[in-house]
Formats: sequence, C-alpha cells, structure tokens
Amino acid sequence: MKKVVVFDYGSGNVRSVVRMLERVGADVTLTADHDAALAADGLYVPGVGAFHACMTGLLAAGGREVIAERIASGRPVLGVCVGFQVLFDGSTEPTTLQPPPPGLGHFVGVVDRLQAPVVPHMGWSLVQAPEESTLLAGVADERFYFVHSYAASQLLASRVAGYPLVTTAEHGGAFVAAVEDGPLTGTQFHPEKSGDAGAQLVANWLRSL
Amino acid sequence: MSVAVRVIPCLDVDAGRVVKGVNFENLRDAGDPVELAGRYDGQGADELTFLDVTASSGDRETTYDVVGRTAEQVFIPLTVGGGVRTVADVDRLLRAGADKVGINTGAIARPQVIAEIADRFGSQVLVLSADVRRSQHGNFEVTTHGGLKSTDLDAIEWCSRAAQLGVGEILLNSMDADGTKAGFDLELIRAVRAEVDVPIVASGGAGRVEDFVAAVDAGADAVLAASVFHFGELTVGQVKDALRSAGHEVR
Repeated sequence: MKKVVVFDYGSGNVRSVVRMLERVGADVTLTADHDAALAADGLYVPGVGAFHACMTGLLAAGGREVIAERIASGRPVLGVCVGFQVLFDGSTEPTTLQPPPPGLGHFVGVVDRLQAPVVPHMGWSLVQAPEESTLLAGVADERFYFVHSYAASQLLASRVAGYPLVTTAEHGGAFVAAVEDGPLTGTQFHPEKSGDAGAQLVANWLRSL
Repeated sequence: MSVAVRVIPCLDVDAGRVVKGVNFENLRDAGDPVELAGRYDGQGADELTFLDVTASSGDRETTYDVVGRTAEQVFIPLTVGGGVRTVADVDRLLRAGADKVGINTGAIARPQVIAEIADRFGSQVLVLSADVRRSQHGNFEVTTHGGLKSTDLDAIEWCSRAAQLGVGEILLNSMDADGTKAGFDLELIRAVRAEVDVPIVASGGAGRVEDFVAAVDAGADAVLAASVFHFGELTVGQVKDALRSAGHEVR
C-alpha cells in the first residue's frame, strides 16, 4: 500500500482529500511533520482560499523546504487548487500582506484573475490533455470540478524536470488546468470533489508513485 | 467548452431528517439525508445543498453529523447553510465536511461578516442565500426567518452589495415560487443577472423539466430543486436531458 501524506498546514476541507485517497487505496496520513512528509511515497499539497494566505501558511509549516527536497530527490508531489498555484512564481491576487510573498517558483508563470463574464469559475468543465498524460489516462474526456477566480494563463517553462505536460481548460480564455513534470504534478481543479473521474485521476497518480 | 450547468438537489434538514413544505410551511418528511445524498450522487447530481432549517442549536449538531457522514461517501461539492453568523461558524462547517457555506440572516445583520469570511477562506467558500419575495411596492425584497420577516433591503441591491463584499455565489430563492411547482421566478433571475457577475443558483418553483431550461435561459448558472427530486417526480438525469436538448452543456 502506497503511503501518502496530505500536508496539513491549516488549509480548508482536507477531510474530503483524505477520504478520496483512502477510496483509491492509499495509506493516508494528515500531518505537517517533515520526516513523515519526506518519507511518504507521495505528498499531497491541498490549498483553499487566498493565494497569499495559503502561501504564508505553507511557509510557516516549512512547506517550501519539504517540497523542494522531495522534488530534488525525484519524489512525487501533487498540488491541488491553490496548492497548485503556489508552485508558480506568484499571483496578482490582492492582499493586505506587504510585501506579498512570492510563490515557490517551480513553474515559470504568474497566477492572474480569470477574464470571464461570470467569476468565480465554479463547476464542472472539460479539459484538454496531451495524449501522453498519465494523470488523465482514461478520464481525458471527463469533466472536473473547478472553483477558483485566479489561474495561470500559461506555463512559460518549468524549473523541475523541464518537459512539462500541460493540460488546459477554458473559462473566458484558456488557462493551465494541470501540469505533469517529473515528480511534480498539479491540478487547478479538485480531484477529490470530481466524483468518479476524480477518483480515477487520483488512482492514476497513486499508481505512478 | 464552457462550464456545465449544475443541477443541485437541495436537502432541507430538520433534526436529522429531510423535510419539505410549500412556501416554507407545512413541512413533511422526505427521508434520510445521507441516503438521499447517495441517491442523487448516483443520478448525476453536480453538487448538493444542505439547508439546516432547525432553530435549536442541539439539532444543529445533528446537521453537522449528517454533513460529515455524507462527505465520507459522496465525492461532489457540498454546500451547507443555516445559522451561519461568524468566521468561526464557517470554520466549523468546513471542518465538518462542507465545501461551501451559505449565509443569510447573519449577513443581513452584519454585512461585514461577508468580507471577514472571504478574507479568511476565500470568496469561493461563501454563498449568499437570499430569500426573496415581491413586495407591495412592486420591487423584490429580502426576507429572513424562512420568509416570515421582511427586511428593508431591496433584493437586487443586496445581491450586488454582497458580491462586492465577497460572496462567491448567490443562491437566489424565490419565496413566492417556493414549493408551488409553477416555475422559477425568471424576472428575478434576470434582474440579479443584470447586476452581478458571480454565479447564480436559481431556487424555488421547479415543477417540470422545462422550468429548469427557462431558468438557465434567464441567466442562472445552476438550478436547485428539492421536492420534485425527493418525491420522485423528476430525476437529476431527466433535468439534464432537457437542458442538453435545449443546447446547454451538462456533465
């Protein structure tokens, strides 16, 4: 049984994440303990709310070091929603924090407000996945649940493995819905709230660990 | 390639049971909430809304328990409303398994709580639940206490202000149409759509599949209904078929 740590840095509804991982057969621990987070087969980084508040919580819990160390040693990390956004250089989301903390910078690009008639983008959308995607294998034609007002409009480059597979979605314009790059994977949508399609995607990630 | 219209069954929960009435009165038992939630998930519901219609705080604990047990087995978004007044209330509901939280009376009493909640958890967790009826003056007014008390708030202005303060969605419930099965209040949907750019969930009045299509045509991003689903008159699948036939994207 693959061991997965859900990084617990005070972000949102992690209970659903834990249940979804259990559903697909993972041995799940919810913790911010560094040794456990480094030792696990997979690290799941959730994130709900405002970018800079999440970033602040993640930094306080030592998330920067844990994620960087795992990537350096080729150990898988999955960031979801704002837990995905923090992997980019930064966000233009307004904040009272001065100076606003930058992102972790594994992916080159900035998270910006969606330009659409109705925002937040809330609901089930189709994605466009590259054929080689292992994350979306078998579910590339399914809809996934999104709830966000900000997204990276494009992935300019990656500082990880360097050959990122980018899955896009549209709301107003195209944006980055998922990235697979060596050990580092991220999704803007919520697999844990995307029903059977989400379960298949999480199972795909688990199998890759 | 746009976002699918969401079809949302609503479960009004009182003391651990689903209840449903007409114009918020004459409540009748409609079943076990966790069992119903599982059934709607199986029918393809895109989201579920639980409204805690109990008055006592003791029964509120029961609702939290229901939400928690549902979240254990249903992997679609859950919205929970009822009795939310503070950031701490939202925190509790999110921990219990809610993905989004509905606020109504608490926001009317102190609008600033909207900004406080949005700052802490983000706009996307907060749904303004607006119980609206037509007033004698010909406008739409906001009511509280299940439609029993009127406020001095114009509904369109209130929705607009709440969106500015930071709600991520509006659950727009027509008290006049609620439970009548005579169709959604399309004029109300159009009026709010013209003023706000957050998603609108149309609620109140669903009877036939055509009603759902009309609500979406009027500008709703999601459609919510209770009794037609609870009492087996319509399935989520039938509603989606009608929406699809009318050219709307569904999951």
